[in-house]
Amino acid sequence: MISKRFWSWLALAFGILYFALPLLGTLEFSLRARRGVYSLDAYRSVLADPQFRETFTYSVVMAIFTILVGALIVVPTAYWVRLKLPKWRPVVEFITLLPLVIPPIVIVFGYIRLYNTSSFLPLTGSITGTNILLMLGYATLSLPYMYRAVDTGLRTIDVATLTEAAQSLGAGWGTILARVILPNVLVAVLSGAFITFAIVIGEFVLASLLNRPAFGPYMQLTGANKAYEPAALAVIAFSITWICMGLIQLVTRFSKHTNAKR
Amino acid sequence: MASLEIEHLEKSFGANRVVKDFNLSIAEGEFISLLGPSGCGKTTVLRMVAGFEHPSGGAIRIGGQDVTALPSNQRNIGMVFQAYALFPNLTVAQNVGFGMRVAGRSRAEIKTRVAEMLDLIGLPDLGNRYPFQLSGGQQQRVALARALAIQPRVLLLDEPLSALDAKIRVSLREEIREIQRRLGITTIFVTHDQEEALSISDRVVVMNGGVAEQIGAPFEIYNQPKTRFVAQFVGTLNALTAQVADPARGALRVGSTEVILGAPVSADTNAEVTLAARPEVLALGRREGNDTIFSGKIAEVHFLGSILRVKLEVEGQTIALDTFNRPGNPPPEVGSLAEVSVASRDLLVLAD
Repeated sequence: MISKRFWSWLALAFGILYFALPLLGTLEFSLRARRGVYSLDAYRSVLADPQFRETFTYSVVMAIFTILVGALIVVPTAYWVRLKLPKWRPVVEFITLLPLVIPPIVIVFGYIRLYNTSSFLPLTGSITGTNILLMLGYATLSLPYMYRAVDTGLRTIDVATLTEAAQSLGAGWGTILARVILPNVLVAVLSGAFITFAIVIGEFVLASLLNRPAFGPYMQLTGANKAYEPAALAVIAFSITWICMGLIQLVTRFSKHTNAKR
Repeated sequence: MASLEIEHLEKSFGANRVVKDFNLSIAEGEFISLLGPSGCGKTTVLRMVAGFEHPSGGAIRIGGQDVTALPSNQRNIGMVFQAYALFPNLTVAQNVGFGMRVAGRSRAEIKTRVAEMLDLIGLPDLGNRYPFQLSGGQQQRVALARALAIQPRVLLLDEPLSALDAKIRVSLREEIREIQRRLGITTIFVTHDQEEALSISDRVVVMNGGVAEQIGAPFEIYNQPKTRFVAQFVGTLNALTAQVADPARGALRVGSTEVILGAPVSADTNAEVTLAARPEVLALGRREGNDTIFSGKIAEVHFLGSILRVKLEVEGQTIALDTFNRPGNPPPEVGSLAEVSVASRDLLVLAD
C-alpha cells in the first residue's frame, strides 16, 4: 500500500508546480529580450523608464498615506467595539467585509457620481481632491484585511483590564490608545499595513478610472504595448509583494514582547 | 474623619439589583475585606469605588470629596487586578512609572520613585525585565508597586491572589498586609476566600445577594455571626435542628438530649431552631467545663496530620469535630460508640 505520506507530498508538489510554473515561465520570458541569450535588458528598460519611477513613487506615497489613515480609522474602531460595543462586532465585521463583495468598479462609479464637480463635495475637481478620494478608496479596499489583523491583535491582549489599569493610573483615552493599546497591537497593524501596501501597489481599477498616474495603470499600459517588459514588471511586482510578506514575518519575530501572554 | 465613605450604594444591571443599599465607612489606614461567594456584588462595589461602574444610586466619598460622578482616571485610586494587567509592551520599571509619566512628573523623580517601589516589593533588580519574564507572584507584586507608585488615596485589590498557587498566595498576602501597614494606606480587598479575609483584615464585610450581611472584626465575624449565611460561609459549621422546650430558660431538645443555653431564646415552645457549633469547640469525650453531652456513633475519621476530623452520628444528625493530633491518642474506630461534649456558651442559635 502506498503510504498516506506519499499522497500528501504528491498533492503538495502538484500545488507548487501549479503556482510556480507560470511564475518561472514569466521570469524566463522576461530574461529573453535579447535573441539567443538571457539578459536583463527588459528590466533595464523598465527601470530606465521615467514613467516607471514616477508611477511607482506615486503608488508608494499613496500606500503610506492609506496605511496611516487606515490604521487611524481601524485601531480606535476595533478597540472601541471590543471594549464597549461587543454586541456590534458582527455588524462591524460585516461592514468591513463589504469591499470584498462590492467590486472596485462599483465603488469608483459611486465615488465619481457622489463627488463629481457638481456635487456637494467636489473632490474630483482638483488633483489633491482626487488623490484624497483615491486614498480613501484604497483604505476601503484594504479594510477587510486591516480590520481583521487589528482585531486578531486585540484578541491576544486583555483589552478591558489593561484599559481599566491605565485609567486607574490616571490615563485618558488618548494616552490609553497611544501608549497601551497601539504598542501592543503594533505587529498586527504592521501586518495589516504590508497587505495594504501590496494591494495599493497592484490596484488598477480605482486609479485608472480616477485617472491618476499610479503603478497599476502603468503596468496595464506597458502590457498592452510591449513584449518583454510586462513580464519583467510582473516579476518586479511579485518581488515587492513577497518582500512585504517577508517583512511581516521579520517584524513579528523582532518584536520584543510578543511572547507575552497578557 | 473617615477616609472612604460609601452611602446607600445601589447598582442594577437591567432589572437585576446586584448591590442593595450598601453602607460602609472606612477609617484612614484601615484594611477592609469584602468577602462573599461569586455574584454577591463585592466586585461591583469595588468597581464602583474605582469608577469603572456607575452607581444606580448612593454616594461615594474619598477623604470627604464626593467622587460618585468623577471619572476613574481622576480619582487617584490604586487598583490591583486578579489578572495582573501589567502592560506587556513595557518593562517592569516603565510599568511602575506609568502613572507618574501620565501625570507628567520629571524623569529623575520617576526614576527615584520606581527604585523605591521596586525595593518595597523586594524586586530591586528586575526593573529591566518584561512582564512575560516574571512569575505570577512577581507580576502581582509589580502590579502592586505600580498601583502604589502614584501615592493613591485608596488601594483597591480585586482578588489579587486568586490566580496564584497556594504557597505564594499565603506569603504574598502577608507581604501585602505588611506593605499596607507600613504605608498606612486605606485598603479594600475583595476575596471569596474566608481564610484570606480573616487573616489579614482589620474588618471584614460579609456580602450575600448584594447586601452587607455583617461588618465586623474577623474575630467577631467568626465567633458571633449574625446571620445563618455568615455562620455557614465563614468557617465550617455544624448545624443541628433543635426544638425549643422552654424559651425563658433557654432549654432546647436535640432528639433526646436536653441542651440548656442559660439565656432566653426568642422562639415559641416546640418551635424548631438551628443550633450551631464550630468543629473546634466540640470535644471527643467529656471535658471539664463542657456541660452539654451528646452520645453517638463514629461515622467517619479523617486524619489530616496535625488535625483529626471526626464525624459522628448524633440523634440522627451528623456532627463534625476537630481535635489536635496527639501521638498517644490513636484515632477512634469507625462504628464505635463515643460521647461529644461542648460548653453551652459556645453554641449559637441562628436566625434565618
